Amino acid sequence: MSRNSILIALVILIIGGSYYYFNKQQSSSSVKVGMITTLSGGGSGLGIDVRDGFLLAVKDNKNIQVIVKDDQRKPDIAVQIADKMIQSDKVDVLTGIIWSNLAMAVVPAAVNQDIIYLSPNAGPSALAGKGCHKNYFNVAWQNDNLHEAAGGYANSAGYNNSFILAPNYPAGKDALTGYKRFFKGNLAGEIYTKLGQKDYAAEIAQIRASGADSVFFFLPGGMGIGFMKQYAQSGIDLPVVGPAFSFDQGILKAVGEAALGVKNTSQWSKDLDNDANKDFVSSFQAQYNRLPSLYASQGYDTGKLLISALSKSSISDKDAFRSSLKTADFSSTRGKFKFARNQHPIQDIYVREVIKEGDVLTNKIISVGLKDRSNAYVDDCNLN
Amino acid sequence: MTISLLIEQILNGLQFGVMLFLMSAGLTLVFGVMGLINLAHGSFYMIGAFAAAFFAELTGSFFIAMVASFVAALFAGALTEIVIIRKIYKRDHLDQVLATFALILLFSEGIRWLFGAYPLYLNIPNELSSSFSLPLGIMYSKYRMMIIFIGIIIAIILYFLISKTLTGIRIKAGQNDREMVSALGVDITKLYTIVFSLGAALAGLSGALIGAIQSVEVGMGEPVLILAFVVIVIGGIGSIKGAFVGALLVGITDTMGRFLLPSFFSYFFDTASATSIGSSIASMSIYILMAIVLIFKPSGLYGLGK
Repeated sequence: MSRNSILIALVILIIGGSYYYFNKQQSSSSVKVGMITTLSGGGSGLGIDVRDGFLLAVKDNKNIQVIVKDDQRKPDIAVQIADKMIQSDKVDVLTGIIWSNLAMAVVPAAVNQDIIYLSPNAGPSALAGKGCHKNYFNVAWQNDNLHEAAGGYANSAGYNNSFILAPNYPAGKDALTGYKRFFKGNLAGEIYTKLGQKDYAAEIAQIRASGADSVFFFLPGGMGIGFMKQYAQSGIDLPVVGPAFSFDQGILKAVGEAALGVKNTSQWSKDLDNDANKDFVSSFQAQYNRLPSLYASQGYDTGKLLISALSKSSISDKDAFRSSLKTADFSSTRGKFKFARNQHPIQDIYVREVIKEGDVLTNKIISVGLKDRSNAYVDDCNLN
Repeated sequence: MTISLLIEQILNGLQFGVMLFLMSAGLTLVFGVMGLINLAHGSFYMIGAFAAAFFAELTGSFFIAMVASFVAALFAGALTEIVIIRKIYKRDHLDQVLATFALILLFSEGIRWLFGAYPLYLNIPNELSSSFSLPLGIMYSKYRMMIIFIGIIIAIILYFLISKTLTGIRIKAGQNDREMVSALGVDITKLYTIVFSLGAALAGLSGALIGAIQSVEVGMGEPVLILAFVVIVIGGIGSIKGAFVGALLVGITDTMGRFLLPSFFSYFFDTASATSIGSSIASMSIYILMAIVLIFKPSGLYGLGK
């Protein structure tokens, strides 16, 4: 009897319940945006930044009405929220999903119901190639991009035997594929870890035994914090490269000195020299009293893109609205920004280094890793 | 694969196991003695870690931070027991699940309100942040070694507490027959508060110890809680010995699965799919272990078999 009760308890714990609900006032002739993002549990920092960046961008716009809901990083909950937003809230646009496995669960069904989806983060390869769709726009990057730049950087730094690891989910597979596409050396080892894993002792032991000359890892959110700290304590002193996700503003404080000097790749950095970015960084700090992260910049760009399309055409004319979106006529925090044929960005990817500004750990751009990088899947997409 | 790598992985499994033991000891006692399913146990793990991060920042001392984690979780446990838990012992298990699930939400939101959504910084002291060499060329982190020792010492203390002291005898008696114990003049209410807070304090300590090498963030307790439930189901509900054996089994199975399965599958497939298949099966390994144990021992390894 007691065991059954515990099993019931386990099930309830795993299913959980969604308990975030932000609703704004209704106004007529407006576009209704449903934001599904991760606001609780591990990885909530990412969703909160996307939400805050997006809301900052649209805050003075009376025509945009936003409903925000928490997916708890669970695909089943994300699907339920999406169904409810489409069927009973009648949203026109969906956005907000952080994780690629959640995006794969929600996006294909939504875009087929003629909902526009603007991705502020996840860019799984399955939605970039054959699976591309006229209603799906990615404002962040195709998943492979940052990792491709990391592979390119590893070549230029003279590494030729990398140990690579990423979580076992769509974005993790895209990450290792992206790195291998540009990296010319050998692989000393390749590991997929569990999504949400915090302890990397077993993996670090294998890195030590592998004889690698460098380590590439993609472990977004809290996963990267644990890895970097444990890696620093292990006494292995091989150089580390990775995408910006484990070295971004929100996370650096928790990683601490272990991150200092690490090279990471990003499409955005707070020191990018353009007016839109300066505006964004200062207004974000004024509004939220913290430094923005790359996730916040992606949320902000998503909001600005939506506003630019709305100023040109109405959401009721879907074809016109889509082509307004596709021209991407807004000033991005990244400077240059345009869409490739498969509606993923063409943009520069930078190499950054973690530095200390006073007491605060932050990033500085040291070079351009890939110039005007589109993505590897454009040719498989049959959009015009 | 070398012998030293294998031994290092076994040590990693042990370290993971003793950490799970600290977490499941309280859970199994609370369930065994009071018949309470406590989903909020993971929140005490989180409270311990946040208290440690807060006091480490304030005082700069890792030792004080660890003491603070224990004390903070002890008080949070006592307060929760007196204010809420005490009222639901007699209720149905489903009511208890609902009430303690609500506590998870309250604690998580409270912590988020106090400290924000981003992970906090808590690091291990410099003296422990390096590795030392063992025979056979094994390098092992001093801090993880320390966790193994702390875990084993606490296991021994708990063993003596339960089997050799008066409180321990009362706890065991309370497990068997609550009415009889209170009829014999034992203050069962106080006993319950002590057991509950002690369990919470152990969870808090393990949260702080682990938070220092992983990350201190809201919701960090629930994934560990799920593993702790698996541990007590394997070990047998209410048995400290079962929790210890179960925790080590789970720890070693999980670590060795993650390490060995991908290389095992690479004999049959190419590296990329072997790592992918291997790691997928590795993440199921502890549940497969639980299923196998339950087939042969339906009430767990050391369960009383009610």
